Amino acid sequence: MFKYILKRLGIAVVTIWLIATLTFFLMNMVPGGPFLSEKAVSPAAMAALEAKYGLDKPLLQQYVTYIGDALHGDFGDSLKQRGRTVTSIIATKFPVSARIGGLAVLAAFCIGVPLGCISAMNRGKLGDSIIIVIATCGIAVPSFVICTVLMYTFGVRLGWLPTLGLGSWKHYIMPVTALAFYPTAYITRLMRSSMLDVLGQDYMRTARAKGVSQFASLFKHALRNAILPVVTYLGPLLAYTVTGSFIVEKIFTIPGLGGEFIGSITNRDYTVIMGTTIFLATLMILMNVVVDIVYKLVDPRIKLK
Amino acid sequence: MSEYLVSIEHERLSFFTPAGEVKALNDVSFYISEGEVLGIVGESGSGKSVTAYSLMGLTAHPGKLLGGTLDFNGHRVNDMTEKEFRKMRGNEVSIIFQDPMTSLNPVYTIGNQIREALKLHTDKNKAERQARAIELLELVGINEPEKRLKQYPHELSGGMRQRVMIAIALACEPKLLIADEPTTALDVTIQAQILELMMELKDKLGMAIMMITHDLGVVASMCDHIAVMYAGNIVEYGTTDDIFYNPKHEYTKGLLRSIPRMDSREHERLVPIEGTPVDLLNPPKGCPFASRCDNCMQICLREKAPVTHFGDIHYTSCWMNQKAELEGGEEK
Repeated sequence: MFKYILKRLGIAVVTIWLIATLTFFLMNMVPGGPFLSEKAVSPAAMAALEAKYGLDKPLLQQYVTYIGDALHGDFGDSLKQRGRTVTSIIATKFPVSARIGGLAVLAAFCIGVPLGCISAMNRGKLGDSIIIVIATCGIAVPSFVICTVLMYTFGVRLGWLPTLGLGSWKHYIMPVTALAFYPTAYITRLMRSSMLDVLGQDYMRTARAKGVSQFASLFKHALRNAILPVVTYLGPLLAYTVTGSFIVEKIFTIPGLGGEFIGSITNRDYTVIMGTTIFLATLMILMNVVVDIVYKLVDPRIKLK
Repeated sequence: MSEYLVSIEHERLSFFTPAGEVKALNDVSFYISEGEVLGIVGESGSGKSVTAYSLMGLTAHPGKLLGGTLDFNGHRVNDMTEKEFRKMRGNEVSIIFQDPMTSLNPVYTIGNQIREALKLHTDKNKAERQARAIELLELVGINEPEKRLKQYPHELSGGMRQRVMIAIALACEPKLLIADEPTTALDVTIQAQILELMMELKDKLGMAIMMITHDLGVVASMCDHIAVMYAGNIVEYGTTDDIFYNPKHEYTKGLLRSIPRMDSREHERLVPIEGTPVDLLNPPKGCPFASRCDNCMQICLREKAPVTHFGDIHYTSCWMNQKAELEGGEEK
């Protein structure tokens, strides 16, 4: 197990390096630069700026310098947000996104799993049909629609919930709901299909023949087998969701990391693009390792090699 | 209540599928005394397993008991609630299934799954349950029981898993063990071992066994009585000797012709039973076997054959045995 984790971490370092390299060169291939703007900048000022950030040097040299610095934990200064390092941007904005995203994933798990189970147990009946219709809607409707509908209904019409910022717990309800909608629907469907599969297995019949009640057999014998696909989905989902959603953060005016991903690209803020990409990649890889370990804990048949 | 451990009388059971009513059991009756081994033989879909499951209240979803009475160990099974069934299952009656590879839950240890049965039906404490689990594994001939209890099903072979299934089934010393094709999924040497083990345990614990199989070889070596089922009917019933040496129903005869014999002369051909099983959605009016029977008569297509008794136990429903009475009037 320990050896396995070490091996995975070794592979992770290589993967992150590859991603960083690819991003670096692709980013520089895109026309434009951080200091171009609608207002004409004098060539002298431009040259001075580029010299300051080392953008006047050959690309390969820039790359070597960047990787060297990154290895020392220095991801550089933001080119557009004066006086802020990339590390400090991530450090202040990530916790905001992580809180909302974490809550959303938790809600999606806690609602999606039971709904999927109920749906599977009542296969073909009215309850199942209702859940399936809602879940399909949840997958099909884009998040900006959900955000707008929520905001209009609870913020404007009913006036129950605040529509921007993150002052109190009430502020969290709508963004978390909006973020959780898609994963809840997805988990419900995943859980339903894997539960249906498990309920038809021979060992479920064995449990019943032993005298286990239907309810207990569901909890003890079915759930642990049926939850595996959800665990697989949960890893990447968590990585994506805690790094913030551009749309939800924009609509509810939340100072999270989600905006930085898109903002840095449109601004050609090279260092922030690199920083956020590497951060997301690292998180994603870590989550996948965690998923593998959880998998092993849930299903003893799985061997980590 | 009756003197029998199991008495099933005129059981009728149908599955109500979208395509229509599938008449899985049409008037099935049989009895099992304490400590008796009854073999139920028949091809797939003849109603063997359905009969057994209905006795345990495990009839699958669209199935419905339509008539008859089922008595087991002093219970009128027809009237039992799910709660009463739960108390009975795994305690008074246990079942082992066909495929040991899939019948154990892959995510729990063997020990966990054996102790679960004990936890449900006995008031033994944790240490006692563990001790009993070890004892059970020893009973079914598994070595190093303490180590095995900590293992998962995938770490054991098929034969080993079937032994574990038997251990679970016997955990609470049931009065009746239903074995639903317990050796079909095992290879031949293991089959023999498992059957031998079952007989050994039967002698030791004195339970009755309902042996469901399509393998005549299995019933020949084990059973006191045999019921031959066809299309939801018991077409012939008798002692093992009756069935093997004096079969009276054309289907039973056909079955016996289709298995190889040790004492056969060289180059004796096996004779398969031609045709396909009847469609239980539209069962024929007369004898269900008529369309495949070599000696089919007109009356076979029109009417169900009455029961003919040969001695106290042996009976069959086949018109061939009524021939003597018929020959006066009916023409073949």
